[in-house]
Amino acid sequence: MSEQGPAGDTVTGAQSLVKALESAGADTIFGIPGGAILPAYDPLYDSKIRHILVRHEQGAGHAAQGYAVATGRVGVCMATSGPGATNLVTPIADAMMDSVPIVAVTGQVPSGAIGSDAFQEADIRGITMPITKHNFLVTDPAEIPRTVAEAFYIASTGRPGPVLVDVAKDALQAMTRFEWPTELNLPGYRPVTRPHAKQVREAARLIVEARRPVLYVGGGVIRAGAAKELRILAETTGIPVVTTLMARGAFPDSHPQHLGMPGMHGTVAAVAGLQKSDLIISLGARFDDRVTGLLSSFAPNAKVIHADIDPAEIGKNRHADVPIVGDCREVIADLVVALQAEAEAGHQGDYEGWQKFIYGVRGKYPLGYDAPADGSLAPQYVLERLGKISGPDSIYVAGVGQHQMWATHYISYENPQTWINSGGLGTMGFSVPAAMGAKVGKPDTTVWAVDGDGCFQMTNQELATCAIEGIPIKVAIINNESLGMVRQWQTLFYNSRYSNTDLHTGPSRRIPDFVKLADAYGCVGLSCESPDDVDATIEKAMEINDVPVVVDFRVHRDAMVWPMVAAGTSNDDIKYARDLAPQFEEDEL
Amino acid sequence: MSRHTLSVLVENKPGVLARIAGLFSRRGFNIDSLAVGPTEHPEISRMTIVVNVEESPLEQVTKQLNKLIEVIKIVELDGPQSVTRELLLVKVKADAETRGHVLETVSLFRAKVVDVAPDAVTIEVTGNAEKLEAFLRVLEPFGIRELVQSGMVAIGRGSRSITDRTLKPVPVPAPAAG
Repeated sequence: MSEQGPAGDTVTGAQSLVKALESAGADTIFGIPGGAILPAYDPLYDSKIRHILVRHEQGAGHAAQGYAVATGRVGVCMATSGPGATNLVTPIADAMMDSVPIVAVTGQVPSGAIGSDAFQEADIRGITMPITKHNFLVTDPAEIPRTVAEAFYIASTGRPGPVLVDVAKDALQAMTRFEWPTELNLPGYRPVTRPHAKQVREAARLIVEARRPVLYVGGGVIRAGAAKELRILAETTGIPVVTTLMARGAFPDSHPQHLGMPGMHGTVAAVAGLQKSDLIISLGARFDDRVTGLLSSFAPNAKVIHADIDPAEIGKNRHADVPIVGDCREVIADLVVALQAEAEAGHQGDYEGWQKFIYGVRGKYPLGYDAPADGSLAPQYVLERLGKISGPDSIYVAGVGQHQMWATHYISYENPQTWINSGGLGTMGFSVPAAMGAKVGKPDTTVWAVDGDGCFQMTNQELATCAIEGIPIKVAIINNESLGMVRQWQTLFYNSRYSNTDLHTGPSRRIPDFVKLADAYGCVGLSCESPDDVDATIEKAMEINDVPVVVDFRVHRDAMVWPMVAAGTSNDDIKYARDLAPQFEEDEL
Repeated sequence: MSRHTLSVLVENKPGVLARIAGLFSRRGFNIDSLAVGPTEHPEISRMTIVVNVEESPLEQVTKQLNKLIEVIKIVELDGPQSVTRELLLVKVKADAETRGHVLETVSLFRAKVVDVAPDAVTIEVTGNAEKLEAFLRVLEPFGIRELVQSGMVAIGRGSRSITDRTLKPVPVPAPAAG
């Protein structure tokens, strides 16, 4: 953009758009050009913004998400009108469910053609209304800078989320003046970040009175950058902690107060910790059905302190005795101070019996798996070794399914923003493109995509992007030759009738051969079938840092994810292995 | 279930009605009546939405509405502290024989005849829901040929205005550093 004059000069709408993206702080855009967005790609050619040409718009969207979660900055993706824009729908919906700050810029047919069913026309603003935090259609080039400024502001403040900016082609082509706004006009948008002092004091009072409290930590703690504050709160009170799927890494897995992940596939200790608690201190979590199980039977004796930056989450699924609206970092910091005041007044919680009980449960029912009797590879072992060898400073990005659950359990997370996955929407195919985005945002960090053989086949075209753009991610395919989680449900609930879950990526067919596929994409392809080769294979993958690496871990196909609370049942009915329910010695409580 | 009247101040921008209607349908809330119009501020429109829900879903409706960026303010206007009105236009059969009775009803309800045809009259009436219901009950025996009714509009009693607020702009934050 160097040939353009200072702000306020006459430029095309396209130049204005690129200048606006630069002014908003974008350094990377993942996208694909096409007719309606084409004017924007001309000034982008000269911009300091790095544009990464992906192979499918869905990849652009997930890459923007991976970039955003790994860095905490707004991720940006770009696509043309019609099919380009509709291909962004899945990542936008994903970002909405998981509160990921992304801005999607789409081209739209010229304003005069809008509504005429023009070539490559889709009402993407209408389509994305329910799945964006906000969206815009820009037909006046003068509105471009303000709209981009508002989009970034809305995406990154309050509860983060996706914002779509749809720009008509004629607005990109017309001449306009570029002026970066100094203030925004959003009278209806005032996110509350400062918690109410009275509510915080009330929460502190409940905490010291409780006998069986638990810190229920959600993704909001990661988005708020509140891991440090959380640790102080946990350690000064001694309250046990559970971290949801979205919050893995918000509290160190190695910490003695950590009970693990709660929910449908949660640890027995984390599920019991919530279920038997008398006070749930919910921090940036949303009582999702995958956490609560049958809602009416969830934590029946617990009072609830519910802190969230989104007031609509509070009381949505579970009544909150003490609602606190605010940013998690500020809420936790204020809680620490309020608890200090309670302590100075001689009030301190007595949780000794509870700690003894719940840590006892944790000791009695640890995560575990049986090595396959035939000597084949256990998927859990692969993840265990991967976590050990690559270590807690690496970023792990999962797809959705069994491999995701094994990756969340068997890798030890010690730091926030090192675990990235599709939690709310459950988007298969998330992993490879999101890992690509994370690696672009954190080029000096080792980034592992932990993927299933089903997921991998949905978005692996982005390996081409990674190879060409110099984004050396590492992919661990946990290949069980099937849509494993669906197969697990078929095993448990459909009499082992494996309807349409066999992917034939196993020894009999190997379609496709993932090693050859990696090679075809200019990546290094490795495979591993035996537990004896796991360490050496991972170490070999760790040594390759110039090109992407794909490792085909050919694992036992009947391995299942445990523990499990069957869908729609109570958390009280958790099984830690097939037909094995934990026995709680309630009198210890 | 109970009826609640929400006055929703929104930015006067294209698509805002679609956002609100979409929110109600995807969250599974039914709208009984909806009226949209301008306010004394050209940049603000006002919607009056009547919903039939329990207390706790109503709280969710309000919170979800508040999350829409273009929604500025929501006030519940119910009970004696507010005035509610609907407008009704109704075409009633009225020949030489019955016209006198129909006109009597019109004056009883302080309604107004806006068009006369040889065998029918068209009547305009405003009032709250109960009054319009009663009016229609009385007209029914004459034969109602056509009827159109507006959504309800509502306003709080007293001198205060719900649009009283500064539309304060917010400064643009600097982009977050890596």
